[in-house]
Amino acid sequence: MSLELVVSNISKSYSSDAILKNCSFTFNSSGIYALMGPNGCGKSTFLRICALLESPDSGDINFHSDGKPVIKDISLMRRITILLPKIGVFNTTVFKNVAYGLRIRNLEQGDTVSRVEKALDFVGLLQKKNQKALTLSTGETKRLGIARALVIEPEIFFLDEPTASVDQKNTGIIDGIIQKLKRDSRSTIIIATHDTSQAERLADKLLFMNNGQITEST
Amino acid sequence: MGSILEGFIKAFFLIVQLDRELLSIIFLSLEVSGSALLIASALGIPAGSILGLKKFRGRGSIITLSNTFMGLPPVVVGLFVYLLLSRRGPLGFMTLLYNPSAMIIAQTILIVPIITSLCHSAVISVDPIIRQAAVTLGATPFQSSFTVIKEARYGILSGVIAGLGRAIGEIGAILIVGGNIAGYTRVMTTTIALETDKGNFELALALGIILLIISLLINIGLHHIQQKGMVRTIR
Repeated sequence: MSLELVVSNISKSYSSDAILKNCSFTFNSSGIYALMGPNGCGKSTFLRICALLESPDSGDINFHSDGKPVIKDISLMRRITILLPKIGVFNTTVFKNVAYGLRIRNLEQGDTVSRVEKALDFVGLLQKKNQKALTLSTGETKRLGIARALVIEPEIFFLDEPTASVDQKNTGIIDGIIQKLKRDSRSTIIIATHDTSQAERLADKLLFMNNGQITEST
Repeated sequence: MGSILEGFIKAFFLIVQLDRELLSIIFLSLEVSGSALLIASALGIPAGSILGLKKFRGRGSIITLSNTFMGLPPVVVGLFVYLLLSRRGPLGFMTLLYNPSAMIIAQTILIVPIITSLCHSAVISVDPIIRQAAVTLGATPFQSSFTVIKEARYGILSGVIAGLGRAIGEIGAILIVGGNIAGYTRVMTTTIALETDKGNFELALALGIILLIISLLINIGLHHIQQKGMVRTIR
């Protein structure tokens, strides 16, 4: 059974601007959730708090596995991941970028190679595995970010505007990758997007961020 | 003009014939400056990294001090080390004065601030998103810090090479603490000064040419590293 994420009454403000106001939601099933809302409505803040990159001013974020609470430590951090709008490409090859998450987990070399190649094949970058990652195009960089996250097989995968500033062709490729991911993986995928048509194309559940709170589409 | 030309020709022959005295001076210079560089890197890289990665009380003062010490006058460092190591000094019992170890200590003191400051600058210039990316992929605080240092490697290496450049061309400090003893503490820069004084230009010129070549190689290395670092654009 995958991780369950319970968000309880979280609030967050930046210099007296309340971004999230007693926001609550439970992500309790695998599949794709799309969190929609206009730019600046708090989607990214919500995702960053859920991914434990930031703390809320008040409220709680809790994870459960098989009905039991999970302690928020490094082992939990290794079961979830987030694709940020700015990928943060390491100055090395495409292969080594994707292998990073496995290397820090001290995975065996043989397993690392096969898993990295599988992830690169999944996002269509296997041919570029020996290329310097910094020479990839914006769309390819996003795909690299997805491969880097997928290789660690996260139970919850947050994607913050995965196709922002990506051309139409690469948006189509990334949509295809997410759809393939939905078929092949049992992860919970939570996408923040302002693109309504993308959300409708990909998501099993549509969520709206409005006035610092989340509502589910019926 | 003729004597200068003659000096150059004799210097050229000294280099081509691999003159024993010339070689021993070059090797001692490289040994002293190389050892100082190793010690200074072992101290300066961790210090610069910590200054770049951690926020703690007094950090700003240490950075200011380190930046100020980048321009330490070598003779002042030489005097300071001399006073420390002289028979009546606090470390006089170690009998290190007029010995290559004293020269290594003096050069280490001179280049630690250079390596520390340039390493600090390199680490803080890494986009914070790199550390965050490492965290999102499951890195521990130590692993994410190490990743940032690794991303700063070109800048750090520039600092190390700049340190080597300073050490190899330095004269004031090593002349005071080394004493310029033939076959023991005589290095390239002190030999050039001495032989010029004596009017013996061929050895001085030969060493000058070699020093220039080493300097050129260091600068080519530095330029190459800077070019590599410039390719970096954050995505």
